[in-house]
Formats: sequence, structure tokens, C-alpha cells
Amino acid sequence: MSNNRRAVISFSIMALMIAIVGFGQSWNVALAIVNLCLISAVMSMGLNMQWGFAGLFNAGVMASTAIGGLTALLISYAPVSKAWSVGGTSLFAALISLLLTIVAGVLVWKKTAKGKKRSWRMTAVVLTGYLFMRFFYEQGTAAIEAVDPAKTGFLGGMGLPIILSWFAGGLAAAGLAWLIGRIALGLRSDYFAIATLGISEIMISILKNEDWLSRGVKNVTGLKRPVPYEVDLQQAEWFIKLVHWFYGTAEDGKSLSANVMHEAMQLSAGVFVKLCYSALFLAVVLIILGLATRALNSPWGRMMRAIRDNETAAAAMGKDVTSRHRQVFIIGSAVIGISGAMLTTLDGQFTPGSYIPLRFTFLIWVMVIIGGSGNNLGAIIGAFITWFVWIEAEPSALWLVSHINVFLDESNPLRQHLREVAPHMRMVLMGLILVLVLRFRPKGILPEEAPDRY
Amino acid sequence: MEYSTDLLNALVLISNYVLIPAISYGSQLALGAVGVTLVFGILRFANFAHGEMMAFGCMATIFITWWFQSMGISSGVFPTALLALPFAILITALLAVAIDRSIFSFYRIHKSRPVTFVVASVGVMFMLNGLVRILIGTDEIIFRDGQKFLIKAGVFKKMTGLSEGLALKQTQVLTFVLAVIAVLALFWFLQRTRTGKAMRAFSDNEDLALLSGINPERVVLVTWIIAASLATLAGVLYGLDKSFKPMVYFHLLLPIFAAAIVGGIGQPLGAILGGYIVAFSEITATYAFKKFIKYLAPGDFVPDGLAQLLTTEYKFAVSFFILVLVLLVRPTGILRGRVL
Repeated sequence: MSNNRRAVISFSIMALMIAIVGFGQSWNVALAIVNLCLISAVMSMGLNMQWGFAGLFNAGVMASTAIGGLTALLISYAPVSKAWSVGGTSLFAALISLLLTIVAGVLVWKKTAKGKKRSWRMTAVVLTGYLFMRFFYEQGTAAIEAVDPAKTGFLGGMGLPIILSWFAGGLAAAGLAWLIGRIALGLRSDYFAIATLGISEIMISILKNEDWLSRGVKNVTGLKRPVPYEVDLQQAEWFIKLVHWFYGTAEDGKSLSANVMHEAMQLSAGVFVKLCYSALFLAVVLIILGLATRALNSPWGRMMRAIRDNETAAAAMGKDVTSRHRQVFIIGSAVIGISGAMLTTLDGQFTPGSYIPLRFTFLIWVMVIIGGSGNNLGAIIGAFITWFVWIEAEPSALWLVSHINVFLDESNPLRQHLREVAPHMRMVLMGLILVLVLRFRPKGILPEEAPDRY
Repeated sequence: MEYSTDLLNALVLISNYVLIPAISYGSQLALGAVGVTLVFGILRFANFAHGEMMAFGCMATIFITWWFQSMGISSGVFPTALLALPFAILITALLAVAIDRSIFSFYRIHKSRPVTFVVASVGVMFMLNGLVRILIGTDEIIFRDGQKFLIKAGVFKKMTGLSEGLALKQTQVLTFVLAVIAVLALFWFLQRTRTGKAMRAFSDNEDLALLSGINPERVVLVTWIIAASLATLAGVLYGLDKSFKPMVYFHLLLPIFAAAIVGGIGQPLGAILGGYIVAFSEITATYAFKKFIKYLAPGDFVPDGLAQLLTTEYKFAVSFFILVLVLLVRPTGILRGRVL
């Protein structure tokens, strides 16, 4: 079977599954799944660039997602001017001390010859810098976190439209990736994986604990949406007309009772908002898919695959392996960062506590592996299937448990236990799918294609 | 006179909050890291499922402990979990061997790249993670019984007349003693027995080992059994010392990897060293030295802040920082392990 036909078939099956959920459960649920599938598709395309194109084992996908989410918060939230006025100066002073320390450190490193003298001077510079930084930093953060802690207690953002954060999130993730790349690239695969895993954990603990920046575990809710609100829609005349037209009644709506109409209105408003999101996300997916496909089929993509398949040979041909790796790592992370900003936009809130590696790093890995590493469409279908299973495994497991529970006595403690642990079925299922695909279909659902021209 | 009391107080303070916790935490990390490093040395991949294997071993121990307790079996002042441990080790070892036979052996036969093994271990991690939660749930479980303290803080204060108390939990001593026994047994096995020597030879040079007639499947089998036993031991000791929470074990993965790499990957002795280094740095960097400085500093000087390098939430950062430092300065680790 050719890859094209297989792609058409698998996407059709996916559409069918979503339609079944739409008719069976509700269209709100189905569209919620679709939206997260689209966001996951962006994530898995980003990881696919790193793993599928270049063979980089990035176990820190979560770091890029989280910084994308943070950017969404920093772009869209209104600035808290009082926090800026009480703590801004101190934080700025802390930043200046940090920069001065770095400059002084670099100068000492370059000017002094290697030896004991240099170590002593470096230690002195770092210690002094640290003390100054710590002093200003503590002063600033204490002042900021004291500003109306129940509501704000952080610096806030820039108050710009949240959609801008999709670009900014990509840029921020790229910047972070550059930094991570400086530290970790050049290490071989396992070390690189462990190092990136570590950085992503640190990133999350920063977001959880630096309250002045992200409000920490107190979360930030009520981020502004790029699409209309349900409540406004239900008041808008054009929307009311649209719903009436859709439900096939006259404009005055006499043929439908008020109650039915009210329900239809609520349902349609929810569906309409989700469709708006879907349209935005789909646009992002298509743009990135287009770019990624072009990149993969270009000489650059060929070079990346050559480096992936044989680093030594590629280096012998004059390719700078480390800097190419850094390049593709930054690009891939930027794409993941965009998806992180999209996710926070969809949620309308930023919750650092929700970032866990299993969901934000390793689940994305499952998507790429089962979809077909090295194939962009494969990454997308992998994201769809994985997210669909991830979400629908829970109701399925509960359904299964309810059938088992029929045979158990009311007072049996196992009954309650089964109901409680049913959601964890999806972990086992995910692992099983990953292991089975890796074993019996290691190239994934849509295998990587060798380009026509060489 | 007064200054010498202060000095003693400072010493007691630091042993109570840094020294003793770091030794027991370090022993737990060391046991985990030896498992990781052995799997790496023989099978040549970083096993991401090791943390979950620890969780599984601890879970098995808890179930058997509960069963023993329901039958009225206990071991007096010692935790009942110690009686359950051998059975749990058996179960976990069987599981590890089953996983190897059903999942990893295929890639070994096909001589897949190490990265494929790592991805497969991620799959195993998912499955074990779900399995543990399905079997025992996600709640925090305290399964320690028997005597809790060897020395109580209050008693110590009364005995010595110092204003600082020293508490020594039984689990802390048990951790250290059991870790020492396990490590000694492991080294005896690796240095003295035929299979142990075969394992070392296999780790050093696979082709040469195969050439001299070492059975690779046997070596792999024994490796998994040892790794699973150490993982169970580490998991149970950690659970006894603190409490059992399934989610904690995933987070232990990073310090354990750090310990293995810092010590030199593939080097069991290095892994132990690495475990203590990571534990001591984590605890020292996140300990608030305010009181300590107050005792030692002349006069009535009291530092302004907590005199804490990092808040406790940044524990991960410490192990990671050590990891990066070692990778940059001495990529082979302290004991010259393999470069990946």
C-alpha cells in the first residue's frame, strides 16, 4: 500500500472515530478532543523534527511547552502596575548584577592564565555577584508578592492580544533551546536525554516557585481569548439568527419551544467557540506542515537525515554535526513552544502544576513513534490517535469497570477501588501501544519516505 | 565553655538535619544507581523504567506486609516489611525477567541501536506506572511498623543537656546497614563468583566475552535479577524512610541517573559514590544554615535571611547541576566509566 493511500485511510478512520464520539457522546466533547489533537499535532511535528529528521533524543519536550505557556501569560495578562512600581527597580538591579557578574566572570576567565589564581578570582567574582543578586532579588520579589496576593502578587504581563504569544512563545522556546543546546548538545544520545529531562524538571520547578513571575501554584486564570465568549454569542443577533437558520425554523422561532431553543443555543455557542479555535489551530498545523514538508524534502532535510543515519560520514563530508543539531533542536523546540502557547490559550489559564513529564514529554514521544518518525503526516496522525486513545480510554475503562462491578457485591471494597483506578488504564494502554508498535511496526503507521530525487 | 556548648549544638544540628538524612537518602540513591549502572554496563542503555521498577517492588512489599500483618506475623521491633522483602524481590525479579524476555530480548537479537532500547524502556515505564496505580491506587501509604526512633530528640536533649535534639530513626540506620550489606554482597558476587566475573568481562568487551564462551543470555538474566533486587530494596527503604507515593519514584529517576553518571557509568563503585555526592549536595544546598551560623558565629550575630542557598523546591536543580558539571569537566565520571 502506498503511503498516500495509507494516509487517506488512517485520517478517514480518525474522522469516523471523532464523528462517532460526536454523535454518541456530544459534539462539544468531540471538538474538545479535536482541538487538543491539533495542538498535540503541532507538538509532535516539533519533536518529529528533532527525532525523526535529526535523531535527537529530546526528553525535555515539556520545557518548551511550559515556556510557551508562560509566554502566553506574559503577553496577554494586563500588567500589574503596582507590582512594577514596588519591585521593578530591585528586580532590575538584580538583573544588572547578574549581567555584571557574567561580564566580570568572562573577563577574568579570558585575562587570567589557567591555574589557582584564576580559580580564586572566579570564585570571588561569582560569590560577590551572587550576594548582590540575591539581595536585590529577595527585596524585589518580597515586595511584588505582597501586592494583593489573593488576586495578583506577580508582575503580570503586557496586556497584548494572546494570539501574539503564539509567535512569542515560539521565539522564547527557541531561546531556551539555544541555552539548553549550549549545555547539552554534543553529548551522545542517552546523556542528552537525561540532561534535557533534567532541564525540563527545573523549568517546571521555576514556574511553580517563582511567584513574582508566574504566580506559581496559585495559577493564573481568566486569560483573554482570541475568540468570542459563549455568553456574548448567546446575546448576539447574528448568532441567534444563525442558530435559528441551522435548526430550520422561522426567525421568530415559534415552531420550537423556548426551552429547546435555549438548550440549542447553549450547545451551539459552545460548539461555535470550539470551531473557532479549531480553525485557528488547523491553520497553524497546516502552515507548519507545509514548512516542515518543504524542509524535509530540501537539501537541508537530506543533510539532516544524512547526519542522523551516519554522523561520522556526514562529518567527513564537511557537515558541522553539532551546529546542525543545534539548529534543528532550536527549530523543533520553537514549534513545540508555539503549541505550548496554543494550549494555554485554549485553557484560558496557566497552571504550572499541570505540567508532568509523562503527559508533556513521553506522551508526545508515543505520538511520534506510532505515527512514524521522520514523516510529518505520520506525526499528525500519531498525535490524533494517541490523544484520542488517551481521552477515550478513561470512559471506556469506567464502562468496563461498571460491567465488572455488576458481578461484585455492593459492599465489596474492590468495587470502589476499581472505579478509582480505572483512569490509570490509559497509562498501561499507552505503554502497550508504544511497545507493540516499536516491536511489530517500528517505522510507525506512516513510514518515512525516501524522497524521489537524489 | 559557653562557646564549646555552641560548637556541640552546631554539630548536633548539622548531623540531625544534614548528615543523617543525607546518608540514608544517599544510600537509597546509591542502590538505585547501581541498578541503573549495571543495566547500562551489560545491556548498554539507560533504563527509564528503573524508577517505576522501584515503585513496583515497594508496592509488592506493601501487599505482602499487609498480608503478613493480617495473619499476625510481625518482626517485633523491626518493620514487618523486612520479612516481606525477599518475597517482593522474587516477584520483582520475575517481572524484570519477563519484561526482558517479552520486550528487550527482541532488540538484542536484532542488534538494535541503544536508542531503540531507551524508547522501549519508556513504554515499559508507562505500563509499570499504570500497573502500580491500578493495583494500589495513588494515595500515600505509610507501611512502617515496629519501633520508630532509636534516639528521640527530646531524650537526647535531656541526656546531653544541649539545646539541640538529635533524632535517629530506625529506618535511617536500617537503610544504611542494608545498603552496606547489599553492596558488599554485590561486590563479592562480581569479584569472586564465575557469573560475576562473566558479567564484568561482558561489560568490558562484549565480543571478547562471547568469544571466550560466556553465555550472554545468562549474563543478561542475572543482570536483570540483580537490578530488580536492588531496585526493590531501594524502593522499600525509601518508602519506609518517608512514605510510599507512586509518583515520587519517577522523580527519583533524575538524581539516580545523575548519581550513576557522576560516578562513571558502568562502574558500580562509582554509582555508590555518586549517590552520596548527589544526596549530600542536594541536602546541603537546600538546608537553611541560619541557626548553624548563629551557633558558630562569635557574639550575638544572626544572619538576616535563612542563609539557604536554594529553596527546597529546587532539589532537582542540584542533581542536574552536578550532572552538567561532571559532563563538562569530566565526561567519563569520577571513576572513569564509559563515555556514552
